[in-house]
Amino acid sequence: MKLELRGITKRFGAMTANDNVNLVAEPGQIHCLLGENGAGKSTLMNVLYGLYQADGGEILLDDKIVKFAGPGDAMAAGIGMVHQHFMLIPVFTVAENVILGHEPTKFGGLLDLDAARKQVREISDRFGFEVDPDAIVGDLPVGVQQRVEIIKALMGDAQVLVFDEPTAVLTPQETDELMAIMKQLREAGKAIIFITHKLREVKEVADKITVIRLGKIVGEASPKSTANELASMMVGRAVDLDVEKGAPKLGSPTFKISGLSAWNHAGTQVLDDINLEIREGEILVIAGVQGNGQTELTEAIIGMHGRTAGSIELDGQQLIGKNVKQVLDLGVGFVPEDRTEDGLVAEFTIAENLMLDRSDRKPFAKGLSLQLAYLKKFAQEKLQQFDIRAQGIESKASQLSGGNQQKVVLARELSRELRLLVASQPTRGLDVGSIEFVHEQIVATRDSGIPVLIVATELDEATQLGDRIAVMYKGKVVGVVPATTSRSVLGQMMAGISA
Amino acid sequence: MNKIVKEIFSPSMRLTLLAVLASFVFGGVLVAFASSEVQTAATYLFARPGDFFLAVWNAVFGAYDALFRGSIFNYKVDNLLGMIKPITETLAYATPITLAGLGLAVAFRSGLFNIGATGQIVFGAMFAGFVALNVPLPAGLHLVVAVIAGILGGAFYGALVGFLKAATGANEVILTIMFNYIAALLLAFLLKTPIFQAPGSQNPISSAVPESAKFPFIFGDQVRIHGGLILMLVAVVAVWWLLNRSSTGFQFRALGHNPSAAKVAGINIGLTYVLVMAVSGALSGIAGATQILGTEKFLTGGVAASFGFDAITVALLGRNNPFGVLAAGILFGGLRAGAVTMQANQGVPIDIVLVVQSLIVLFIAAPPLVRSMFRIKAEKGGAK
Repeated sequence: MKLELRGITKRFGAMTANDNVNLVAEPGQIHCLLGENGAGKSTLMNVLYGLYQADGGEILLDDKIVKFAGPGDAMAAGIGMVHQHFMLIPVFTVAENVILGHEPTKFGGLLDLDAARKQVREISDRFGFEVDPDAIVGDLPVGVQQRVEIIKALMGDAQVLVFDEPTAVLTPQETDELMAIMKQLREAGKAIIFITHKLREVKEVADKITVIRLGKIVGEASPKSTANELASMMVGRAVDLDVEKGAPKLGSPTFKISGLSAWNHAGTQVLDDINLEIREGEILVIAGVQGNGQTELTEAIIGMHGRTAGSIELDGQQLIGKNVKQVLDLGVGFVPEDRTEDGLVAEFTIAENLMLDRSDRKPFAKGLSLQLAYLKKFAQEKLQQFDIRAQGIESKASQLSGGNQQKVVLARELSRELRLLVASQPTRGLDVGSIEFVHEQIVATRDSGIPVLIVATELDEATQLGDRIAVMYKGKVVGVVPATTSRSVLGQMMAGISA
Repeated sequence: MNKIVKEIFSPSMRLTLLAVLASFVFGGVLVAFASSEVQTAATYLFARPGDFFLAVWNAVFGAYDALFRGSIFNYKVDNLLGMIKPITETLAYATPITLAGLGLAVAFRSGLFNIGATGQIVFGAMFAGFVALNVPLPAGLHLVVAVIAGILGGAFYGALVGFLKAATGANEVILTIMFNYIAALLLAFLLKTPIFQAPGSQNPISSAVPESAKFPFIFGDQVRIHGGLILMLVAVVAVWWLLNRSSTGFQFRALGHNPSAAKVAGINIGLTYVLVMAVSGALSGIAGATQILGTEKFLTGGVAASFGFDAITVALLGRNNPFGVLAAGILFGGLRAGAVTMQANQGVPIDIVLVVQSLIVLFIAAPPLVRSMFRIKAEKGGAK
């Protein structure tokens, strides 16, 4: 079945999220929709899936105009969507999840689970998914859960499949497996729309690439284009994806973690005997699939994790047992992984956010009285220095783009006297331009002789930014390797196999 | 000045004013319904519609005229004192409501839904009353110490909630509601013991507050305006400074908007909970002190009246801004003062005023309702 989007326009208030967008997906083709976060990819797909109604344009299936009032209509017309965030119920079995919403019945109303099991097995066998219909979804690895989502989409006999940023949660191996599955679906004659901002994946599977920027289609690219060419199209200017950094000038190991273990509220061990050392002027990247203890590790360092044992030393000072304020006062800069939740107060102005950590002391406060004149001067300076694009220092943090929000966080954390920088996924969800900036700042921090700990979930970032890489799996450090280690070895380590 | 005008016409302010206006309009409809003249005229509505509309006009105009004369300015009497007496009554009622409203505004801005103004007022009144009744001190000093005791009483009772929340994670809404009962019943008990009960009396009422601990009247004995009003005005400015110009207030607001970001930035969440609730309770404590030392001059079980719950509305209506709370407090003080005249002169049940108050809450809580009534477009266009 051929899908065509013709002149789709979607506005939110004064903002145009999609501006006269045309897109054709042919059967037996993988069509990549490439664009930065906020370029309008997800909006376009939500229009296609009936979640939004377009302000202009039409959707055609096999050259016939169709209208979708909701996802139900879209599914019935043969469009299946694999969402970035899985829409699965963890305590249900695969079969139960797959039939949710259109349960097969027998004898006038009884649930026919056998039929569902049979269908799941059939699809699983046809495409080599290896999914057990009776497995509890919550027990399955993420990659397999995603296959359940795909089966769900295929159950309605979908002819057009949309994958919305499907690789964000996968290990490199799982990503490779997904690519293989997509190729098989293509052989089976499905039309596939693959939404992503990851250039490597595009180059591997795309038959056709459409680049979208600021809601407009900026052109088509050949799968043979280089990564830098694709990135430049995506951003609209020449970009260099490589991190510019010289050889590290290593000092002494001032940051040491030894025998660190931690338990969560339920008593489950989340960190298991972590031993790490970072030297002055060195970037150590913690690589690994999300949820393998990275969050707990950073929390333990800054004094937010309750139950810990072992030792974390900075300049010979023990950090364990200190509260967040004491840890920050020892010179720890912290860029949290979820900047809107943990890094910023959305309703506060840029200026107010810049003094969040030091509002009760000089130079921001004298006694109890806030020094607003100083804050103004300070904020204006940082706005310049960190190239924060905003109307002014009185703009609310919530009005800023992700990149500019992250710059505010960095500006705040880097303006203290640092002895250690901890940054958790510092470029997550940022546009290419901001990623460059953030990387520059991190490298500059390293070069000023400060140990830097970065948590990265994307291998490219890990190998480019890091001087050494520590891979975490299920709360343990699988191994610490040089940044030059090959992707396949790192990928295996991320699955728990030590090098 | 320009800034103030701008603020008044700002979208959210306009909504608040329209909500108040709409409440008065609905209140007028109820007044008309409740009037016996209107009911009589309605029976021959089609024969003589003029009578009906005249009756409606008389009922509604009469009621609101009485409300005005009871709360702001009585143009029907011939001496100056009588003329301005209503506005002074309004301010007398506004004092405790505004003080407690300020306390709640501090808590609301910090993300703590303190429903416990009633209990905190009671504690303020008990502590102030204890010093006033049982600790002999020279005039002047006696009042100061009694007021401070009231502040500490409210602060203590508030801080206790903050501490329990910080230490155990208990929900402050449930805590404060339950603490209201504890305070009210504790007061009822103590009024039966020699600590508070007037000697020789069988009633749960204390003896009169001695002169040395009374708030002085500002405009003579005829007018119930006492030093508590000044304390209230000072508190308005102090709370504004605390929230907008002090580092402590900055941390309060950071906690209110995003506790996890505040935590990551090194702000001690538990300690801040305690501080917020102490400040919030202290302001209600002052309200309690002004009631016993200025207005009532006895300690009774009804010292908190409905101030604690009016304060919630006042904080909401004033949008947790100290000056907004002051304006809302005066509005509520006026409704209370005027309601009496309305009932006495026009026979309009006092409950109509309660209905108007409740409607204000309803309209404030449902901005889309007010917007659609006045056909105002939403502030932020579009869906997310």
